[in-house]
Amino acid sequence: MKRQLPVFLTFLCAFVLTVQFFVPHRSFEQVYEVSNIWLQILGVFTILIGIMSLVESHLQKIRRRQAQWQYSIITIVGLVLTVAGGLFGSVEAGSGGIFMWMYNNVLNPISATMFSLLAFFIASAAFRAFRARSAMSTILLLAAAFVMLGRVPLGDRMSAGLFPAIADWLLNVPNVAAKRAILIGIGLGEASMALRVMLGIERSYMAGD
Amino acid sequence: MRRLMVWILGMDRRIIFLLLALALVLPLLFPVKLPVRVTPEVKKVYDMVDGLQPGDVILIDMDYGPDTMAELEPMSYSIMRHVFDRGARFVSTCLSATGVSLIESEIRHIAQEKGKTYGEDYVFLGYRPYPASVILSMGQNMRQSFPIDFYNNPLDSLPLMRGIRNYADLRFVMSVSSTSGVDYWIMYGHERYNFPLALGVTAVMAADYYNYLQSGQIEGILGGLKGAAEYETLLGQGDRAIIWMNIQSVCHVLIVALIVVGNIAYLATRKRGV
Amino acid sequence: MPACWIITLILLALRGPAPAAGLEAVDTPNDHGGTVALSWAPPAEGQPDRYLVLRAAVEAGPFDTVAVLPASALRYSDSDSLTDGQPYYYRLIAQAERWSREYPSAQAIPLAQWFHRGKAVVLVFSVGFAAIMLLMIHHARRGMQLYVRPIAGIGAVDEAIGRATEMGKPILFVPGIGEASEVATIAAFTVLGRVAKRTAEYGTRLIVPNTYATVMIIAQEVVKASCINAGRPEAYQERDVFYVTSEQFPFTAAVNGLMLRERPATNFYLGKFYAESLILAETGFQAGSIQIAGTDELTQIPFFVAACDYTLMGEELYAASAYLSNDPLQLGTLKAQDIAKLIVVALVIAGTLAVTLGSDSVVRLLDIVQ
Repeated sequence: MKRQLPVFLTFLCAFVLTVQFFVPHRSFEQVYEVSNIWLQILGVFTILIGIMSLVESHLQKIRRRQAQWQYSIITIVGLVLTVAGGLFGSVEAGSGGIFMWMYNNVLNPISATMFSLLAFFIASAAFRAFRARSAMSTILLLAAAFVMLGRVPLGDRMSAGLFPAIADWLLNVPNVAAKRAILIGIGLGEASMALRVMLGIERSYMAGD
Repeated sequence: MRRLMVWILGMDRRIIFLLLALALVLPLLFPVKLPVRVTPEVKKVYDMVDGLQPGDVILIDMDYGPDTMAELEPMSYSIMRHVFDRGARFVSTCLSATGVSLIESEIRHIAQEKGKTYGEDYVFLGYRPYPASVILSMGQNMRQSFPIDFYNNPLDSLPLMRGIRNYADLRFVMSVSSTSGVDYWIMYGHERYNFPLALGVTAVMAADYYNYLQSGQIEGILGGLKGAAEYETLLGQGDRAIIWMNIQSVCHVLIVALIVVGNIAYLATRKRGV
Repeated sequence: MPACWIITLILLALRGPAPAAGLEAVDTPNDHGGTVALSWAPPAEGQPDRYLVLRAAVEAGPFDTVAVLPASALRYSDSDSLTDGQPYYYRLIAQAERWSREYPSAQAIPLAQWFHRGKAVVLVFSVGFAAIMLLMIHHARRGMQLYVRPIAGIGAVDEAIGRATEMGKPILFVPGIGEASEVATIAAFTVLGRVAKRTAEYGTRLIVPNTYATVMIIAQEVVKASCINAGRPEAYQERDVFYVTSEQFPFTAAVNGLMLRERPATNFYLGKFYAESLILAETGFQAGSIQIAGTDELTQIPFFVAACDYTLMGEELYAASAYLSNDPLQLGTLKAQDIAKLIVVALVIAGTLAVTLGSDSVVRLLDIVQ
């Protein structure tokens, strides 16, 4: 019963939502809306569980004086300040509240920095990975070079429009063809996985065997 | 020479980081504006906005935070400027929690620049979680997800919103996004409610959405900084993306040069049996 | 007589240009009911300033204005308090400063549909696919031998766990940054179960940072059950399967810090990944870890291929559970997937050939289904 009930509930929910996809009638639309509302309600409660897990794990680090435990203090202080700033201060731009101060002066630069790390990591990964080890890797290397040069004005100027033309062809023809092929595989894989979950063949998500 | 080649192959990646940092900073100090070639997918978006008549309303969804603002903010600025220049109006949303304040300040900035009035020329609905259900419910009635706007005004108290019930009352939807919300706009928005959809996405994401462009599920696409620079070129206003695009030019050339050097070193050492 | 002509011309001028076509009102197809779709063509001559849409419940009126639309509007969807099954009568007036012109009226009855005809093709393919799958499961149950090609990334899982055990270092498992409902995340749980079972047997520490609390709860259950299945329930450490944040880059920063502090011997990145994929994989490379990645996010696959030792591409990730369990039922579903793929490929080739030869027969075939 402990195993059969969740499998039955999964099947029921999946079946109803699948039927709902094909039925535009208002009654089925309401089923979808209600399930979305439940999802949002559950989502709110899981945020609480997440915050509890976060706080507990960092408090444990501080208590045990684990490596670099001082950063855990910053995490907890940051969490409390952000929540307090949002609850008791204004969240509108230009309001001058502590929440917006933290948003502009802490979150903005940190987020932008993290994303810009990508440029540096792409450079080092490209240097390491793009080697003419075989005919196939040479094709990959050349394609990468043409796309990189063809997508910027300097490449356009250097080649009198040749690199952009090659880059556009690479993006629109082989790229799209390969992606569609992978997408079809992914689509069928997802459908297969969904059916496995619906029929209770795949139970890993409920810690099944 | 052989030692040099071996050194290049095992080069400390911090040297690459340093070279890239120089490639980023130097063109920023000495900006150049090379012309940007306009692609058909960007021209299509431009034509859609350019075809707006005074009084028309579109929805601009802006889902991004500070992390991707460098790529997407110039797009949003150009689109908003163009809409206002056409005498058209827009309703906007932000379905990314960390982007709400940023988007709000961007909209206000352009509205002030163009002398537009809140509630009449533009409306900012703000943020709601779970983008898929928000997009679906807005297809019924925007008031389901957004009974009030970002500033807590009831929607019906805003003159612009009085004639706007759902997507059917809009000319088209433009989503400028760095999140998977784009997929929801295609799957739950366009597919279900059949409105014309145009996208502005980061360069990394752009390649994914060419499929939808070819299949006609989206009307046009602005991909990364290049897309933004092309739009600025067409609009003839703003030059931030164009200048940044030239910085990107130098970086791309540097990376290609590094790959070439790495391969010369690889081939030289391989022949020598290293 | 000439006076009559002049008066007629004046009246015509005041009435304005005649519309090019009438107003069309239809029940919106494939919808939930309560809406009527109106469409019209602009007047043959002259540009109106606005259109007024009027509606009445009976033909004789009274008509109320339901919308005032800009001159560019050529369609309107009326969904304002309509009752299904009740007829509604519409009038449309094109107005300019000096003239106005009324279109011939139109009538429609809003209804809710029980089947979305535009999704007929999807239904046919879905039912067909489910039938093939059930057939293959039936064959698998009856002992049919099914071959699955080896997947390097899955084959390397045990080797990577062994390496970590020998080095006495932990294993890091990142189940992506997608929600628990994502198929890629569900597939990641399967591999997590396998990894957790092995690490419990070998006594190796397993660290699982999560972006969503729902994912964390399931990951905790999966790891706990695997430790129990391995006969070592004490190997489960709840503090090692924890929530970080649902924000992409703060999560990335936290995991990067974890990698540089703990120096795991092996990193698994399985599930939904976006721009953080390369940042994680490059940091893992710097930390000297063996890296196994798998995602169905197309744009991230090249980054993982460039920076990781093994990469499961798209459907390979979904196949992992069938491959690892060796369960005939699951293998049967993989075979069904192959057959469906063959059908799709055949359709693509047939469609391409037909269109190249100037025939739209395949497209029409899909239209007939629709």
